[in-house]
Amino acid sequence: MSDKQPILEMRNIAKRFGQFYALKDVSLTVYPGEVHSLMGENGAGKSTLMKILAGAYTATAGEIFIDGNAYTINGPKDALNAGITLIYQEINLAPNLTVAENIFLGSEITRKGMVNRQKMEEETQIVLDRLAARFKASAKVSSLSIAEQQQVEIARALHRNSRVLVMDEPTAALSSRETDRLFELIKQLRSEGLAIIYISHRMAEIYELSDRVSVLRDGQYIGSLMRSELSASELVRMMVGRPLNDLFNKDRSIAKGEMVLECHDLTDNDKVLSGTLDVRAGEIVGLSGLVGAGRSELAQLIFGARKIASGNIKLKGKPLEITNPRDAIDCGIGFLTENRKEQGLFLEMTVHDNIVMATIERDSFHGVLNEQKNRAISNTAIKTLNIRVPHSQVAAGSLSGGNQQKLLISRWVAIHPKLLILDEPTRGVDVGAKSEIYRMMTDMARKGVAILMISSELPEIVGMSDRVYVMRAGSIVGELDGEAITQENIMELATGATHHMAGAEVA
Amino acid sequence: MSTPNTNAASRPEKKFTLHSVIQSVGILPVLILIFIGFSLMTPNFATESNIMNIVRQSSINTVLAAGMTFVIITGGIDLSVGSILGATAVMAMVTSLSPELGLLSIPVALMGGLLMGTLNGVMVAYVGLPPFIATLGTYTALRGAAYLLADGTTVINNNISFEWIGNAYLGPIPWLVVIGFVVIGICWFILRKTTLGMHVYAVGGNANAARLTGIKVGMVLTFVYAMSGLMAGLGGIMSASRLYSANGNLGVGYELDAIAAVVLGGTSLSGGIGTITGTLIGALIIAAMNNGMTLMGVSYFWQLVIKGCVIIIAVLIDKYRTRKHAGA
Repeated sequence: MSDKQPILEMRNIAKRFGQFYALKDVSLTVYPGEVHSLMGENGAGKSTLMKILAGAYTATAGEIFIDGNAYTINGPKDALNAGITLIYQEINLAPNLTVAENIFLGSEITRKGMVNRQKMEEETQIVLDRLAARFKASAKVSSLSIAEQQQVEIARALHRNSRVLVMDEPTAALSSRETDRLFELIKQLRSEGLAIIYISHRMAEIYELSDRVSVLRDGQYIGSLMRSELSASELVRMMVGRPLNDLFNKDRSIAKGEMVLECHDLTDNDKVLSGTLDVRAGEIVGLSGLVGAGRSELAQLIFGARKIASGNIKLKGKPLEITNPRDAIDCGIGFLTENRKEQGLFLEMTVHDNIVMATIERDSFHGVLNEQKNRAISNTAIKTLNIRVPHSQVAAGSLSGGNQQKLLISRWVAIHPKLLILDEPTRGVDVGAKSEIYRMMTDMARKGVAILMISSELPEIVGMSDRVYVMRAGSIVGELDGEAITQENIMELATGATHHMAGAEVA
Repeated sequence: MSTPNTNAASRPEKKFTLHSVIQSVGILPVLILIFIGFSLMTPNFATESNIMNIVRQSSINTVLAAGMTFVIITGGIDLSVGSILGATAVMAMVTSLSPELGLLSIPVALMGGLLMGTLNGVMVAYVGLPPFIATLGTYTALRGAAYLLADGTTVINNNISFEWIGNAYLGPIPWLVVIGFVVIGICWFILRKTTLGMHVYAVGGNANAARLTGIKVGMVLTFVYAMSGLMAGLGGIMSASRLYSANGNLGVGYELDAIAAVVLGGTSLSGGIGTITGTLIGALIIAAMNNGMTLMGVSYFWQLVIKGCVIIIAVLIDKYRTRKHAGA
């Protein structure tokens, strides 16, 4: 790492979306020839900060300095001209074009209006050789593996003479051998003087690559650690801070009843490798883990929305043979999906129709709608959860996020579930609606419903759960109970930091 | 007072606010305008017998369009209804000529339509073919079947058991009209008053969410195409009855008028939104235009041009109207 002047400085960056501050006061200093890792929980602001750097967003406040000179980034072109390239998690290449065509996209070499493919391929090959790539410049991108496509993105950055390379979770889709190859590449680029900003949750990678690590939390810059100062527990402490638990009102007096859900070794041979957990009546069990750990997929296996390869499920002691959501609902399982717009709501239908959609069959007279019963259900739901609408005939798409979420929860409450699975129940929901949702969850637990709550929000998991399971890379890796339910313990299990904590069982 | 900011709710309720009245009235003003327009332009338009003519002329299309409404609400399309109508009409006539099966024309046509529609449904729901492609295939194949079943000729029979459908009256009203309205009534009931109807809207609005709410999406899709086929079979019987004959050419182009009626009625091609009453008015608009322009002596070719323009303008007005009231 060099003591020269920083190649990039971001000072006091703030970013506001409406009333919400995604970034409050963030500063970042990056030197040439270093790997600078950026860490933080989901929603801490890492992606937002990098998007500002790449010109995808404009900062609400703050300044950017390149090589010590003030520089304004108003759009992607400004970022590219400054030598900054952001490599996103989703590959940004045209699969039907060749490597050379992708690298020259937008700046093709032309001779009298006609594209000079040969020249483009020659120049591309130079960059590919520099990376020791195992494919040719004339290869079609769709024929390359994810790791190789990533190399094309890096090649494109080099071709543009980028000096700052931002990589967002680059190893998410790579095998361990490909990961090693990528790390070699990163180290090589570092020795050539490039600055690499590396975003990742994986402790092992952070340890291997970083010269420095900066941590964000809730849109604020917390601090940086030099390589020599790195410690997993210190990083976790910085990421997690102090929990705030006013909203939760956890009622610890609720009696836990019989076993409702028992899952053993569930797997789909894809995203879920080993799912073993149980939930009792009256319990709120949290399921935590990083994005991509397989939590939603595990829930889908329980709900019959995903094919089980092996493993078994028991509901109230009886083995469950469900192959589709209809069977699951008939058995008394409700599932609030994480993506309300794509998987939950019928945006053009009324609030009323949305609420009763899962129960119309049960309450019908041989297929004819029981309008009286349906109306009673939707009116009760609107009142109980305080859904703010003038009347139930309003289209669901016009509601705020919080009200939409309450609407969906009441859909599942109406089926009188034995087991309720909630996937990110308060994502994108304002504080007022959040407390109403927590209240509803506690009420249901009191009535004996077993609740499995998937959440990426640590304060929520800690505040609401009686017990917590943590998933990592497709498997349940730990169960926390009582005093051991802390944000630090959860993050350590979720990221794989190798510390042994009191009260935690590592599977 | 108008209620604030709502999208065109897919199943409008009868509440007496200005906004909801504008919404439920839909395309009706266009029909009224057309009616008034033609009344002023030709003396023979607004007579009782001519109006009955218009309604009768719209009956077959109304029946086809009713079935098509189900399909389009799910976000699909059925290009094969014209071919199904032709094939089933020929089947009905051929059956009527056979000594043993003579009285079975109606069931044969209806069953035929139902089976052909189910075939479409299975291809879309379970094989996963895009509706356009699946029904394009049946559109072509069944047209060929119609010619084959008629052996390339026109099948004529002046002595059919079901002639009352196309030619007789229930009191002052032609049976064709009665059948049209009964079909509209039944389809309205299914879409507005049954769980199946709700499921149809749900699948059209968000098939993914529908599946996760326990709706058997495949069965719903199969149902709507089967329904469309059944209606086309009914249309086949109605046509054959009126003409006392059928040939392989019958029904060519009928699918376009059916789709036009559905779209005019306010049903969105992207699915999730639409009403049967809208379809009825759409079918009446088309029939009124055909009738009025013919009375005025407009050449057939000009009629096509004008009809096309009216469809585009009417749908534009409808889009503009619903966008103005769209939610934030």
